Amino acid sequence: MDKRRVVVTGLGMVSPLACGVEETWKRILAGKSGAAPITRFDASRVVTNYACEIPYGDGSDGTFDPDAWMEARDRRKVDDFILYGMTAATQAVEDAGIGELDEEEALRTGVMIGSGIGGLNSIAETAVMIQEKGPRRVSPFFIPGALINLISGQVSIKYGFKGPNHAVVTACSTGAHAIGDAARLIMLGDADTMVAGGAEAAISEIGIAGFNACKALSTKRADNPETASRPYDTDRDGFVMGEGSGVVVLEEYEHAKARGAKIYGEILGYGLSGDAYHITAPSEDGDGGFRAMTAALKSAGLTPSDVDYINAHGTSTMADVIELAAVERLLGDHAAKATMSSTKSSIGHLLGAAGSVEAIFSLLALRDQIAPPTINLDNPAIEPKLSLAANKAEEREIEVALSNSFGFGGTNACLIMGKVAD
Amino acid sequence: MSDVADRVKKIVVEHLGVEEDKVTESASFIDDLGADSLDTVELVMAFEEEFGIEIPDDAAESIQTFGDAVKFISEAA
Repeated sequence: MDKRRVVVTGLGMVSPLACGVEETWKRILAGKSGAAPITRFDASRVVTNYACEIPYGDGSDGTFDPDAWMEARDRRKVDDFILYGMTAATQAVEDAGIGELDEEEALRTGVMIGSGIGGLNSIAETAVMIQEKGPRRVSPFFIPGALINLISGQVSIKYGFKGPNHAVVTACSTGAHAIGDAARLIMLGDADTMVAGGAEAAISEIGIAGFNACKALSTKRADNPETASRPYDTDRDGFVMGEGSGVVVLEEYEHAKARGAKIYGEILGYGLSGDAYHITAPSEDGDGGFRAMTAALKSAGLTPSDVDYINAHGTSTMADVIELAAVERLLGDHAAKATMSSTKSSIGHLLGAAGSVEAIFSLLALRDQIAPPTINLDNPAIEPKLSLAANKAEEREIEVALSNSFGFGGTNACLIMGKVAD
Repeated sequence: MSDVADRVKKIVVEHLGVEEDKVTESASFIDDLGADSLDTVELVMAFEEEFGIEIPDDAAESIQTFGDAVKFISEAA
């Protein structure tokens, strides 16, 4: 049997810059930052008091109006990560035009939307409530509102998708693994269509305190949060937490073509690896990331010299230069012709949603032939061999885009996307 | 309408997201007001909290309509 090809036919996103894919992308290309003082909770007790929060509002000018995506009575029953995931999934399903399927199609359509930490804040609030009022007051919606696979469950219920229903949990690699694994399910014939991605809502006292304790977050830019996420810059001091969701609709190529679907690009390759090194830090030689990229290129049948654009993991931590060195080692002399950027400079680190949001940016880079900028990159920590699109989007030819995601525990995923060639 | 009925109605409207005039004496939480089994568990918990009473599981199962709830709570409170 010929290998079944997988293309992307729908996109959805709610990000710290806007609700909506195009609204976010416009702001990314313009070099905007989503970082600001935390408003979601009283941040006076935690070390870091800024983050990249979703801009809530009435829906105008790219703001996120939760009422437009989920009824208040249903929203009360779920953690925010499910609200964000449902919002992005709804956009992606509508964009792809697969909202109403007949029974046969519904059986061949699945969902794989994960999260890094799931209902962290719901768990914290419920634990406090038990202390105050006792266990009899725990809501029957607490568990189904906090479980990580409940975005996948909710999406399947909303649209009647009866194919594979799954959820990835691999920390900051979740979104990329979800897209890669879902694409594999289509390639293997388990489904023809998969709704895949990640969501996160960890900007809460417990979330910030936890990452502060790991010494992972930026702490020094309270006076100017917009400059805090600065991947590759000498003065970077940790990541800025973001929140939101990115979801794509993946579809078997002939299936998409037969129904005349709009096609954003093809999932050409996917690679996975484990560091086997440390619970929060990558190994100094960047070997785990290097092997994930190598595996992805192999599965795509491509060589390093085919790669035009890389959406880096680049979190604005010490690990940035480790990834940079691994990419330069992979590309060799070709590095001089490639562009790599970290969109986390604009939206912060969306943890379990980062990989899927960044895969979407990679697809848009392919569509629009433009590499989004790495903002706040004033003094590179090391002289890069490739362009980092410092502070300005770079118009250039992009045939193949690679997106890296690395997570705590030493879990790495690399997606390779390309324009669809017949 | 009694004070108890007003307070029960407010909880039902808030939790089930229904119009106030739908919450009639004989309105069944599940059949008429769109609740599922988990919603009814949560409703009973909200009644307990609001009125400072304890509703045992077997009694909770017998509370099917708005009228049932008002009657039970009026007698218990």
